Amino acid sequence: MFAIYRKEMRSYFINPIGFVYMGIFLVFSALLCCYTTIISGSYDTSNYFTFLIIAFIILIPILTMRLFAEERKLRTEQLLLTAPVTITGMVLGKYFAALTIFVSGILLSCINFIPLYVISAAERAGEDSALNHIGPVTGEIVGSVIAVILLGAALIAVGTLISALTENQLSAAVVTIGVIAAMVLLNFVNVLTDSDGQPIIGSYVIRAVVDWISVLSRFSAFSNGIFDYSSLLYYISLSFVFLFLTVRVYEKRRWG
Amino acid sequence: MKRTKFYGKEILFSMIKIEHLVKNYGSNCAVDDISFEVETGEIVGFLGPNGAGKSTTMNILTGYLSSTSGKASIAGIDILSDPIGAKKLIGYLPEQPPLYLDMTVEEYLNFNYELKCCKLNKAEHLAQVCETVKIKDVYHKVIRTLSKGYRQRVGIAQALIGNPKVIIFDEPTVGLDPKQIIEIRNLIRGLGKEHTVILSTHILQEVQAVCDRIIIINKGKIVANEKTENITNVVANNRRFNIKISGPQREILSFLKGMQGLSYVEALAERDGDAYTYMIESEMGIDIRKKLFFSLAERGWAIIGMEALGMNLEDIFITVVDKSEEIKLTRSNVKNRITRRQRGKEKSALEQELGESLYESAQRQRAESALTEVSEDEDD
Repeated sequence: MFAIYRKEMRSYFINPIGFVYMGIFLVFSALLCCYTTIISGSYDTSNYFTFLIIAFIILIPILTMRLFAEERKLRTEQLLLTAPVTITGMVLGKYFAALTIFVSGILLSCINFIPLYVISAAERAGEDSALNHIGPVTGEIVGSVIAVILLGAALIAVGTLISALTENQLSAAVVTIGVIAAMVLLNFVNVLTDSDGQPIIGSYVIRAVVDWISVLSRFSAFSNGIFDYSSLLYYISLSFVFLFLTVRVYEKRRWG
Repeated sequence: MKRTKFYGKEILFSMIKIEHLVKNYGSNCAVDDISFEVETGEIVGFLGPNGAGKSTTMNILTGYLSSTSGKASIAGIDILSDPIGAKKLIGYLPEQPPLYLDMTVEEYLNFNYELKCCKLNKAEHLAQVCETVKIKDVYHKVIRTLSKGYRQRVGIAQALIGNPKVIIFDEPTVGLDPKQIIEIRNLIRGLGKEHTVILSTHILQEVQAVCDRIIIINKGKIVANEKTENITNVVANNRRFNIKISGPQREILSFLKGMQGLSYVEALAERDGDAYTYMIESEMGIDIRKKLFFSLAERGWAIIGMEALGMNLEDIFITVVDKSEEIKLTRSNVKNRITRRQRGKEKSALEQELGESLYESAQRQRAESALTEVSEDEDD
């Protein structure tokens, strides 16, 4: 498993894809942070995280599309599957490699918050009252970063499964974009209204279920500064389910 | 047989054992109830036409695919119940070498070393493997830039890492030039000293040159499982020639048909001046060539060309099957031996069972090639 992990990490940076991902991610998150906080004159980071999650629709497939699709196309999966490694080990090795790149991107992008602290420090120096809190809430940022990482982990598991299902990187990417977009943006159907201002989906039950499933609406608690354990558990369970399905896909192919 | 102590008892097992292996792809049966064993240190050739089930059998043996039913074990370890344990004993070169094109040879071999959890001294072992397959001069090159021959060798190197007891090669010489083929064959011969080797191919010469034993497989069934010498003997006994005789076609044909010792005569649609080409097949164990020369010379018909026809796989199946049947007959009752000629068109039970479809396809091919030759003639 560690051999496969190291190989994947290496190949992220031998192929330009690791650099491309990192570059796009850092530039994009910096711009986003700039627009949602400094330019709009706010210390509230919740919009930043929400937009970041929407950006994952494009970013995550870049990381996951080649994981299995390329191996299958080049027939190198035969090497991995006939080596003394379990299928679970192979899937986890690849998954953690993608996750490592993702997490390091998120952690690196935390430098985006430094200007907020610098500006708020300057602002606080001008005020003499310590009664009002001025500046970003560190606890909220830390909580959101953890949640974003776990959410990303779930989406990477989705991408991993889709990559294992196809032989073509491009189709893996396109399908992953579609599926992640659906998962993230699902709760927007609840907001849609017809001309009379009534919600298009009339049934409350359906709206509740959609809200429950939607990855983004589950994040809203974090935007409000609540550290929501049930959402974290939801994201972790999603990762498990999709990784398990990936393993099953490979098991099934052996028996096919 | 290898002896091993197991819970204090001595048990015997073959290095590779396959029992009643069946693999179905949907309704399509790729491997149909195959059983064989390979002893330690043996080099076994898997011979069969494309689509015979060679690769499928190898993929099952290496744990890449699972069988529909039946059992495959390496050194007594079942590949399904202990896949990791069994896979540790195997080095496998699939039909298409599984190379990461963006790695250098060094990185690739290092990766394999780690992947196979190899315990040997790394630098020493890798150097030794490179020495064996002669890839030292490309050690630091990116695999993408290597030629087909070198890529194949890197693939073989990959299979050798960790010094596995069993090495499995799927068509190791496909796409190589003749010099490389000879090198690879020598390499495999050398490996047979320390390892148990299975290789698959559809080229007879290859298994003859390398293997101790040949397993012929067709349509998912084992047609023959013989020592190489036996099959070589059968094949060496080539009885079919293309012969070019100058003279009137019809007369020559009827003369040949009446000649003793010939079991089959056919006029081919090939003409060279006043000479026509005939395909003849002599009876088993008779060298007809001298007799043919003199009897034709007597009549003033000159032989201007004679060419021994190589055997294709289909012919080999038929011959091998024929031969094994013949041995049985010889043992049972020599007097009642029926030659092919006496039998005429009637086929033996064995031939019927195993070789019929092959025989027919061989006949059809022959007829087709004759037809195309005719049409080419007409074009002229």
